[in-house]
Amino acid sequence: MTEQPLAPALRPFEGLGRWAIAIVESLGRFGGFLAQAVAALVTPPFKLWPLIGRINYIGFRSLLIILLTGAFTGMVLGLQIFLTLSRFGAEAFLGPAVALSIIRELGPVLAALMVTGRAGSALTAELGIMRITEQVDALTVMALSPMRYLVVPSLLAGLITFPLMTALFDLIGIFGGYLVGVELLGLSQGTYWGEMQTFVNRGDIMIGFWKSLSFGVIVTWVCTYKGFHVSRGAEGVAQATTQAVVLSSVLILVWDYFLGSVLP
Amino acid sequence: MIKVDGLRKSFHGQPVLRGIDLEVPDGSITIIIGRSGGGKSVFLKHLLGLLRPDSGRIEVGGVDLARLSGRRLDEVRKRYGVVFQGGALFDSMTCRDNVAFPLREKLRLPRPEIDKRVGTALERVGLAAIGDKYPEEVSGGMRKRVAIARALVTEPEIVFFDEPTTGLDPVLVNTIHQLIVDLHRHSRFTAVMVSHEIPEIFDIADRVGMLHEGRIVEIGPPAAIQGSQNPIVRQFIRGEPDPQA
Repeated sequence: MTEQPLAPALRPFEGLGRWAIAIVESLGRFGGFLAQAVAALVTPPFKLWPLIGRINYIGFRSLLIILLTGAFTGMVLGLQIFLTLSRFGAEAFLGPAVALSIIRELGPVLAALMVTGRAGSALTAELGIMRITEQVDALTVMALSPMRYLVVPSLLAGLITFPLMTALFDLIGIFGGYLVGVELLGLSQGTYWGEMQTFVNRGDIMIGFWKSLSFGVIVTWVCTYKGFHVSRGAEGVAQATTQAVVLSSVLILVWDYFLGSVLP
Repeated sequence: MIKVDGLRKSFHGQPVLRGIDLEVPDGSITIIIGRSGGGKSVFLKHLLGLLRPDSGRIEVGGVDLARLSGRRLDEVRKRYGVVFQGGALFDSMTCRDNVAFPLREKLRLPRPEIDKRVGTALERVGLAAIGDKYPEEVSGGMRKRVAIARALVTEPEIVFFDEPTTGLDPVLVNTIHQLIVDLHRHSRFTAVMVSHEIPEIFDIADRVGMLHEGRIVEIGPPAAIQGSQNPIVRQFIRGEPDPQA
């Protein structure tokens, strides 16, 4: 039986329906990709050397940018919060204000955004080029799982390196706030560190940890998915890389708000 | 024996394969020729299990590939060696590591055995000295030979060649073809090749099949194809221009 053409008035709804179906399908593929990666992650054999390579690629090579952004974020926070607090005569709270802002929010988010820009984009481009030059197909026809060799090491490396990068960002950021607040603006050293010990507790640190862990999954998941499904040559790689960075960044901010709402 | 029966595939409603029937006898070199866009690469991807047909059967050793997935499909693929059009060498590895990769990861052989087999494989393709270079540091012809060494190092029963001589000069085309014939004589694998190289392929093939608009329009020994009265085959092997193209 052939389908009857829709009345002109109904065509926009048909388009809307197709769009909705395409969104649901792509979400399904996206989720299925993570499920396959997790299945490969928990089944042996485990590949140690690819994992070490990825930790180097995602983590170690991002150190400089993390140190730079961490230091200047802490310094800017130190300056701005000091100026704000001094209006109320509450400069003593500079230490906890800087530490809480960085540990709970800025550390995990900015570290994740920086690693996305540096390593996530490269991850997508590398996988995309492997896809269009048939290297991914070569693994498949060797009866070897591309998931195990190309996706799992990145996902695991994300889980390991994002919390470490965030911890480093936090430390450098708090030290940056110290440099401005104490060394430049004259707050006492004891006040900066002492008030921080009073107001910052383990729960705050754990919030930052859970955020960074989940950002590690989000960034590596999105970037490997986009790279893995590249088509249409060099243009496709460029498009996938842009999409990976934009989508990862948006998801980081959305997920940050969600976690900030549900975590104590 | 590879046996393809009624293989059909469409993309977005556009038929690409319109019912392919083909038999590849064990130990033979079967070459599929045809114009660009005729469905050769899509057909090869079906034989490799990279695409699933809309309908039809692809029997490899009596098992229908179209119905397999996961580990059962991988069991069939373990009998394969594949030479991709661009070589598909892993660019993060040296040529030697590329050849060693399937031995280490697929067969999990001990290191001394891997070194021995890789040395022999590179020697057979005439590249014993360039093993430690990366793929981008060697010429196109050398990359093809490394890809052939990698495909054959596991001693597969069936080897697929996807346009292995595309982009090479005529001397290199004949060099690669001669290499394939020598290796075939040595290992007696079943070879399925997709190629454009007319008339060179008639010197190496046992059977030649012409794929046109998603169907095998003629198949037979090289002499029969060369003497074919089918206008499509005649136009292709003579390289006559297509007024509609």
